[in-house]
Amino acid sequence: MARKRREVEIVNDANENAILNKETEGLSQGQIVLRRFIRHRAAMISVVVLFTLIAVVYTSLDWRLGDEKDPIVIPGWWKYGFEDMPELRYGADCVGDSIGCPTIDAVPFFDGDGIALGPHPFGQDDIGRDYLALVMRGAQRSLLVMFIIGAIAATLGTVIGSLAGYFRGWIDAILMRLVDFIITVPVIIIGSVIGFHFGNKGAAFLALLLGLFSWTGLSRLVRGEFLTLREREFVDASRVAGASNRRIIFKHILPNAVGVIIVSVTLLMSGAILLETALSYLGFGVTSPDVSLGLLISNYQDAFTTRPWLFWYPGIFIIIIALCINFIGDGLRDAFDPRQRRRLSRKEKANARAMANRSDLA
Amino acid sequence: MFSYILRRLGALVVILFGSSFLLYNLSAISTDPLGDLRTSTAENKEYLILALTRELRLDLPPPLRYFIWLRGVLGIFTGNANFGLTREQEPVIEAIAGAIPTTIRLVAVATIVAIVLGIALGITSALRQYSRFDYGMTFFAFLLFSLPIFWVAVLLKQYLAIDFNDFLVTAKISPPWIIFFSALVGLFWATIISGSRRRVLMVFSGVFVANSIFLSFISATEWLSYPRLGPITIFIFSIGIAYAVTYLSVGLSDRAALKSNLLLALIGVIIYFPIQSLLDSNRPRVGILILLAALLISAVSVSFIFARIDRGPVIRTSVITSVLIGALILVDQMMQAWRPYVESDDVNYRPVATIGQSTIWLTEVSFWVRVLDFAMHLVLPTLALTLISFAGYVRFSRGTLLDVLNQDYIRTARAKGLTERTVIMRHAFRNTMIPLTTIMVGDVAGIVGGAIITERVFAWQGMGTLFNKAINSFDLNLLMGVILFLSTLAILANLIADLLYSALDPRIRVGAGK
Repeated sequence: MARKRREVEIVNDANENAILNKETEGLSQGQIVLRRFIRHRAAMISVVVLFTLIAVVYTSLDWRLGDEKDPIVIPGWWKYGFEDMPELRYGADCVGDSIGCPTIDAVPFFDGDGIALGPHPFGQDDIGRDYLALVMRGAQRSLLVMFIIGAIAATLGTVIGSLAGYFRGWIDAILMRLVDFIITVPVIIIGSVIGFHFGNKGAAFLALLLGLFSWTGLSRLVRGEFLTLREREFVDASRVAGASNRRIIFKHILPNAVGVIIVSVTLLMSGAILLETALSYLGFGVTSPDVSLGLLISNYQDAFTTRPWLFWYPGIFIIIIALCINFIGDGLRDAFDPRQRRRLSRKEKANARAMANRSDLA
Repeated sequence: MFSYILRRLGALVVILFGSSFLLYNLSAISTDPLGDLRTSTAENKEYLILALTRELRLDLPPPLRYFIWLRGVLGIFTGNANFGLTREQEPVIEAIAGAIPTTIRLVAVATIVAIVLGIALGITSALRQYSRFDYGMTFFAFLLFSLPIFWVAVLLKQYLAIDFNDFLVTAKISPPWIIFFSALVGLFWATIISGSRRRVLMVFSGVFVANSIFLSFISATEWLSYPRLGPITIFIFSIGIAYAVTYLSVGLSDRAALKSNLLLALIGVIIYFPIQSLLDSNRPRVGILILLAALLISAVSVSFIFARIDRGPVIRTSVITSVLIGALILVDQMMQAWRPYVESDDVNYRPVATIGQSTIWLTEVSFWVRVLDFAMHLVLPTLALTLISFAGYVRFSRGTLLDVLNQDYIRTARAKGLTERTVIMRHAFRNTMIPLTTIMVGDVAGIVGGAIITERVFAWQGMGTLFNKAINSFDLNLLMGVILFLSTLAILANLIADLLYSALDPRIRVGAGK
């Protein structure tokens, strides 16, 4: 009886495989990856949330293009700029005598009113600046820093890691000593030196320089992956078949290492936001009068007991951004992994089982 | 291999030379120690500037100053190293030596907790891929990734220190909280267990009821105010440990291992009674040593009694069990110090500390109260550091294990009829450990860096504080000392990671170029 069941199980497995294989028939690798990605629910939700957030954040404030005296102004949807100083609400306007309290009312019916934004949904800071505008500006800066660091680090880390891992020998020695050289220098030190010198040059420049120093971890990981993969049979096979080094690296090894790369790049990008936060906290990141989410948190961390909203809102934005990036990375990892099997839906499983049972009878 | 290590160590010296030269000059150029004085309104301004210039040799260009500094540092080879003085005229080496233990205490505990918990949950998550538990764990890990550490620290201070200390005054858990916590724990286990809906429901209600009874018991007996394990609880826990370790390590079918582990649990309880007076005496360290030695010796001897052949795995299992039982007895000892600690004037019923690494003015207390004091100061910073680095281990071990589980040799192992435990623990988990080891070792330097912020938030006096002080007071000697220490640590960690990688994975030939 048990043996019979095991046979059914094997046929069932084969049928499930057949269902999965049928789906990918005649599709290119890119199409398969895209399909798998779209099917990853958390990743798709994250894509939607992240792009909505980016759109909302970047359209919120006025854009001033061109020269400073006579700029072309593209108006944003929010009435205040991050440098405007409307009147500070306090006393009778606020609950519990707090200063610059938030006016957002997200809970309908509870206090009689419906959902309302009010004049200052996220409250105001010490000198009356609208906190929503500040958070939007901060999010713009933090997103920019994140993308620049991620792009630079991903490119440098992948290229250097694959070269070192594939060619080994003196190329590996030189490149990995270079990695050692940079790893020895704590990022916070580089950040503080850069911040001291170039803090006034703006967030983008800061991010550029930080990116030049944050690829090392990724390159070590890629190298490790290459060291293992280059000893595998399929690499030998393609070398015997006459493939060039370039082809082996890009067509054979890199696709197998892409999961590792993507996962660590996403971690790196969410890490970049936190790095910016840390630098701002130490006073070497984005500096006033510009704002970043990290700077906002570190400015108001002591206000947590009295005015918690100054602490919550920038933190929530950081978390949303980093969460979305991480989930997208996870979706991409699953999508790229050629060995990854999709979980069949209940209906498909039933189909496979029915087929298996039928073959068992016959 | 030996020549490879020698070459790497040679490279270490060269790299340290290069990076320290670069950083010394960068920092020297980008900071201006005289800045404060120039804008000051002191009457003897000129004199002060002159004095500082002479003291810091600011009349020399930075590269020259570097070589003066380097000559002192190179004295390390002749036995009289001179890392210079800090701005407060304290030798840098002493300042750093004073800070290292604090940082290590902070980092070591956090790292160990993060690794153990992270790997355990990551593996569970991978084995239950695409289950509710997996999704929950993934979400939790990503949430932790996305938290800035001092944001977490502020939350922890508020909710885990201030509010929890308030709660400890009465230590009464109200029924709604009992229901809430029990539901949470029940949900946790119900999502791990796979199977039919009926089984999941059974697990949930079972855990829920057991947990509710447990919490009500704790609340009713005011256990949180008067914590104590006692011999009976220790015995029960030890049996649990014996079963768990045996199951994970060699499987319950190995009767010899199971018997020796169970006997160990009994021995642990027997040792518990005589060791009490020794631990309470004025030489508690001797007591700890004797306790551990006794447990280890009995671990090895019971293995020899029960296992006739293939003793290695049995000894290994017993040793793990005995160490865990020893830890239980020590925890019980710390709990006995709880009342004197909480009731002392300086602590004043607020045991979870938010600031500093110890209660400095806590004098005239027993060894165990002091240990407890250290532990209570460690809670918040360790939790903050752990939460941050733990997520990485969860994700990484999950990812690696999934990769390994999809390999052909796993299918072969299953096909030849090995038990699932053997396949997972022996074939899959060991291969998962290879990339994990590299990550772990490489992480150490990074975590020390992360401690910089943690130390600042919780006002610890460690390497991070020194670093902040050095930057903010333009103290070049101190800054270089800290950097040199961190750099050496980072390079050594990398070297060890490489060696481990080649030792664990024979396919990798490290240092072989041709």
